[in-house]
Amino acid sequence: MNYGPLVFLAAFFAFAGSWFGFVLTPQLQIGQLQQTNTIPAGEIYPVGRPGLAHEGLEVYRAYGCAACHSQQPVQTGTVCDVILNDAGTNQPALIAALRTLNPDWSEEQAKEWLTKLPKPVRAGVDREEADAALKAVSVGGAKAALWIVPVGPDIARGWAKRRTVAYDYLYDYPVMLGSQRIGPDLVNIGLRLPDANWHLRHLYAPRLEVKDSTMAPSRFLFEKRKIERVASPDALALSGEFAPPPGFEIVPKQEAKALVAYLLSLRADAPLYAAPLTVPAPVSPATNAPAATNTTATPSAK
Amino acid sequence: MSDTSSPTPGGPGAAAGAAPAEIDASCRLPLLVLFASAAAWLLIASAFGLISSLKFHAPNFLADCAWFTYGRVHTAWLDAMLYGFCIQAGLGAGFWLFARLGRAPLALGWLAAIGAVVWNLGVTVGVLGILAGDSTGFETLEMPGYAAAIVFLGYVLIGAAGLLAFHQRRERALFPSQWFIFTALFWFPWIYSSANLLLLKFPVRGVTQAVVAWWYANNLLNVWLSLVGLGVVFYFVPKITRRELHSHYLALFTFWMLLLAGSWCGIPNTAPVPAWMPTASMVATALMVLPLLTIGLSVYRTLDGKCSQLLAHPSLQFIGIGVAAFVIAGLMNVLGVFIDFGHQLHFTWFEPARLQLHLYGFFAMTMFGAIYYIVPQIIGLAFPWAGLIRAHFWLAIAGLVFQILPLTLGGIVEALNLENPNVAFITVVKETLPFLRVSTLGDLSIALGNLFLLVNLIGVMNRFFRLRAVTAYAQVTADLFEPTGVKP
Repeated sequence: MNYGPLVFLAAFFAFAGSWFGFVLTPQLQIGQLQQTNTIPAGEIYPVGRPGLAHEGLEVYRAYGCAACHSQQPVQTGTVCDVILNDAGTNQPALIAALRTLNPDWSEEQAKEWLTKLPKPVRAGVDREEADAALKAVSVGGAKAALWIVPVGPDIARGWAKRRTVAYDYLYDYPVMLGSQRIGPDLVNIGLRLPDANWHLRHLYAPRLEVKDSTMAPSRFLFEKRKIERVASPDALALSGEFAPPPGFEIVPKQEAKALVAYLLSLRADAPLYAAPLTVPAPVSPATNAPAATNTTATPSAK
Repeated sequence: MSDTSSPTPGGPGAAAGAAPAEIDASCRLPLLVLFASAAAWLLIASAFGLISSLKFHAPNFLADCAWFTYGRVHTAWLDAMLYGFCIQAGLGAGFWLFARLGRAPLALGWLAAIGAVVWNLGVTVGVLGILAGDSTGFETLEMPGYAAAIVFLGYVLIGAAGLLAFHQRRERALFPSQWFIFTALFWFPWIYSSANLLLLKFPVRGVTQAVVAWWYANNLLNVWLSLVGLGVVFYFVPKITRRELHSHYLALFTFWMLLLAGSWCGIPNTAPVPAWMPTASMVATALMVLPLLTIGLSVYRTLDGKCSQLLAHPSLQFIGIGVAAFVIAGLMNVLGVFIDFGHQLHFTWFEPARLQLHLYGFFAMTMFGAIYYIVPQIIGLAFPWAGLIRAHFWLAIAGLVFQILPLTLGGIVEALNLENPNVAFITVVKETLPFLRVSTLGDLSIALGNLFLLVNLIGVMNRFFRLRAVTAYAQVTADLFEPTGVKP
């Protein structure tokens, strides 16, 4: 390589290869994505973030929140659960089927097991075994369903419902996936911690909400002001060492409200073709009944 | 063979070039601007690094000032380090290599100097923009668009002078260092314009942004810095030890691997993108073992196995550490991908440790070696405080040890904890704190070393310009004291 033009060509060739691979091809493959439908509910996904949350994305960017928080949960695989919802009419056949699946069960145990449904017949198994179990218990009008359950350390930790895919970030600019976990992953924070006041207090004084938190307080997002005739409805409910002096209140600025709106809008839980999961039907807030009362997978409503 | 016994691209009948002194004089202005501002940015970067490190001792530290939140200071550290120090120092060293290897004086030194001033203006605007909250949100491309435009203009001016220097060389045959630096000269504007246009000017949609940002970051950190750093290594190791470079073919292989495999790394295995992208990156990362071996082998064979020769010259000490750091950081990169079964390791402090080892251990150390060698040549004076150079070396070593070891260990502990969902996250965080706090010692040590570099540079420049002023004054006033009658 004794000629400048030859070196230039070598460099250009190598550059063009990597540009083609990681700039052009991704643009062709995922740069043109359009909205998709959730499965099986068929709702349009994703929808843009509401105005205030969109403003909050800018706050998230401006303060460099992504330096400490990732938004890319880890999913190591997918397992299946088989849930029996309804025993149907032919109980002896079902009991026989259950005893085939669980050879060490007595008839009494199987009968006892059937009293409170729904219950998982199989949990955390692969697709083949789940299909077999599903087929076995679908006797005499019994209704069973196959659930798809993503697994992984982050999902076990409760940080996410499933891995994220390109659709989840479709309308964000900039997309800030983060690269380090100095703080927790935030991809599903809106679902995990849906209380706006919790977030405001946490931003103002992290240790108020999380003991030993290493997050820096963001007091510059708040205003300390004298209480005029009546206290502001926005004022933070603070106590102990974090409380303002008497006669004063701590009120979130617009930036703080926007940031919290953005955090609350972070939820990647829609079941998609590219990232399947079965979502239990929403629980009516009036009851304390456990989730999962029917099998039709419905994305938790917006 | 020339008097310098510099790496001479063999071949009989090599054209006679300009005298080294003439070449050095032509490099003086642009190189002093580039090196002095690089050293100043390095000190600023270490101040930012120290502030972000201190945040882990006391979260309340500087917390009431929005300009000094961790997210901003950490970003300012990265950009001041990369654009302020690394690229400027690299370009400065590249100019000198071009001029010396090409045996021709720099033609448009003043253009490069103006370019460097524009570049510094751009970086200043960019870092202030980041602190004010205008960061773009894309890692390593955080400088806002208005600053990027100035930075790019500055680069074009410097690059034009660089190309001219390459073109006007009198020694036509090319030495490996020239391939590396010539390629780097083009590589940066290609990636920088691609990334800025596709992320800031005409942004692509959704997660494609993240892919482009990863591609850019990898090309800057792993390709550009390696090209320039290794170019410098290939030049100085044979030159200072007065030996022949072991093998041009090995250097050529390193060059090709760096370009072909290096430019495909960088997409993490947790990325929410089609699976072929992280997989392609993984394959490329595995291939990057090869250039690590060849560079190690090249240096080892050039020294004929006598690595103690690296201790002979202060510059070589820095460069020797740089080569070792390059290999270790590269191995950390490869191992990091392949032992990361839980896909958590790259989210931990392991990754910043690797980055620091690459940025400071490899690139900055190599550049220190180059600066300590080049500056006395171009201004004809030795550094005023040789002790500070030695102190800088040992402080840098101590800094690296105190940063890399705890952060690597802390990262591995953190990854194991993150993989176990039964460990509460706050416990995960608390267990990394001791490691982080030890690493602050490293930050401190590195900052002090960087201060010594700047002091020495200012000292030697001060001496030079004072000497010049005295000579000029003596010339101007010479005839005042001469007998009036003998005036010509």
